[in-house]
Amino acid sequence: MSFFDDFIVLASLAGIGVAIAAAPLGCFVVWRRMAYFGDATAHAAILGVALALTFQTSILGGVLVMALLMAGTISALSGRGYAMDTLLGVLAHSALALGLVAVSFLKGVRVDLMAYLFGDILAVSLADVAIVWSGALLILILLWWRWSSLLTATLNPELARASGISPQREQMIMTLALAIVVAVAIKVVGVLLITAMLLIPAATARTFSSSPERMAVMASLVGSLSVIGGLFASFRLDTPTGPTIVATGTAMFIGASLTAMLNSRGR
Amino acid sequence: MRLITLQNATIRHSGTPALESVTFHIDRGEIVTILGPNGSGKSTLLRTLIGALPLSSGSLEKAPGLRIGYVPQKLHIDPTLPLTVRRFLSLPKRIRDDVAEAALADVGIPGLGHRPMAGLSGGQFQRVLLARALLTKPDLLILDEATQGLDQAGSAAFYQKIENVRAQFGCAVLMVSHELHVVMAASDRVVCLNGHVCCEGAPAQVATAPEYKALFGSGTHGTLALYRHEHDHSHECDPACDEHGNHP
Repeated sequence: MSFFDDFIVLASLAGIGVAIAAAPLGCFVVWRRMAYFGDATAHAAILGVALALTFQTSILGGVLVMALLMAGTISALSGRGYAMDTLLGVLAHSALALGLVAVSFLKGVRVDLMAYLFGDILAVSLADVAIVWSGALLILILLWWRWSSLLTATLNPELARASGISPQREQMIMTLALAIVVAVAIKVVGVLLITAMLLIPAATARTFSSSPERMAVMASLVGSLSVIGGLFASFRLDTPTGPTIVATGTAMFIGASLTAMLNSRGR
Repeated sequence: MRLITLQNATIRHSGTPALESVTFHIDRGEIVTILGPNGSGKSTLLRTLIGALPLSSGSLEKAPGLRIGYVPQKLHIDPTLPLTVRRFLSLPKRIRDDVAEAALADVGIPGLGHRPMAGLSGGQFQRVLLARALLTKPDLLILDEATQGLDQAGSAAFYQKIENVRAQFGCAVLMVSHELHVVMAASDRVVCLNGHVCCEGAPAQVATAPEYKALFGSGTHGTLALYRHEHDHSHECDPACDEHGNHP
């Protein structure tokens, strides 16, 4: 039995892959206040699963297409005077509901719905790990390449414009990266908890970061630690792994927030 | 040398025109101020010139290689985004430490680089925005109500700085302002806007134009009303206020 046959090792690798891609992207989601945007994109994935099963194509492809479609739709609608908060809420939950209804129509296919909703990290194969890491690398390269422009556009669209940066293009890059994260994370944490992997590490890292770059790195670290901690906790306590990973992240968030509160009071 | 020419431009916000057939230009070294009541399209005009808003009709022409320094009306930095002054100056292009320090010293706030943007006072914040806008050695500096939130001494110092900048860099300055007394003193040309260009010309000339009086009221009353509106919470009448009160 080789090292890579061990399911815990595979699960750790897949989880860490998702964490280090989701965390820096999650920083932008937090800075740009796109939490609902992430939800909607993730929930659209379940619709993608249904479509992929119906047409017997790859799940990854179906999810990627639906996530891109949803993210693209939202990007196109934003800034056109709609009440974005409401619209995003409608889209996010409609996508989830429609996806669940669509899956129930599939006859003769046995679908483990829980695996798509909450992930099935302990069942990842070496091929899954390879896909996760390819996606993660793609996202990291994308963010590395656009970092400064993305940051400027996040700060203020007009400021970016005046510097010759197109905020629309940066928004599209965010959209693309988000769709990729959803597609590769669905197996690991499931559609319902993908947003948690984006937000919680970033929010935790904020308390001890003095620069955007540091926050991105710290968020990746926090994300990876919650994956490892969550895996071991779920192993020991016999709890569902995806939710345990997120719960571990939450514990770190609470710890960091309390520490920050005590520090500021001591000053 | 002509930096930007806007010809017969109409800009619509979700159907309704915010600006109608506006023709505007600015030349190298000029200080031009845009005046107008709220909702008159001042910010729309600036954003159009930057290229952030598409024209519904008309044309926008920029001098080739035109560098624009932009100081926004307000810059909201989300509290979740940790950003020091030094890091902010390096957006989008990284700059060297000595260049950053010189830029800060130049706007009168040396040694502030390590401070988080969120911890700055209003005046310091505006100076940092100005320092960043000047880093690219702009041909055109655009200020959108840059002194909003500054007290009177603060905004006077800020405009003094703008004049020095023009002398130092030879750049053109385009600004939006509510502060008529400053405008009258500091501008070469004033453009009065209310969905379209009402009138334009040298400050003294515009002040006597009937279109201007229709917008801002005539004489003392108009100026004072607008001035008071801006400084509701002032508890004492300082010299500048007297000067305005007595203005013919």
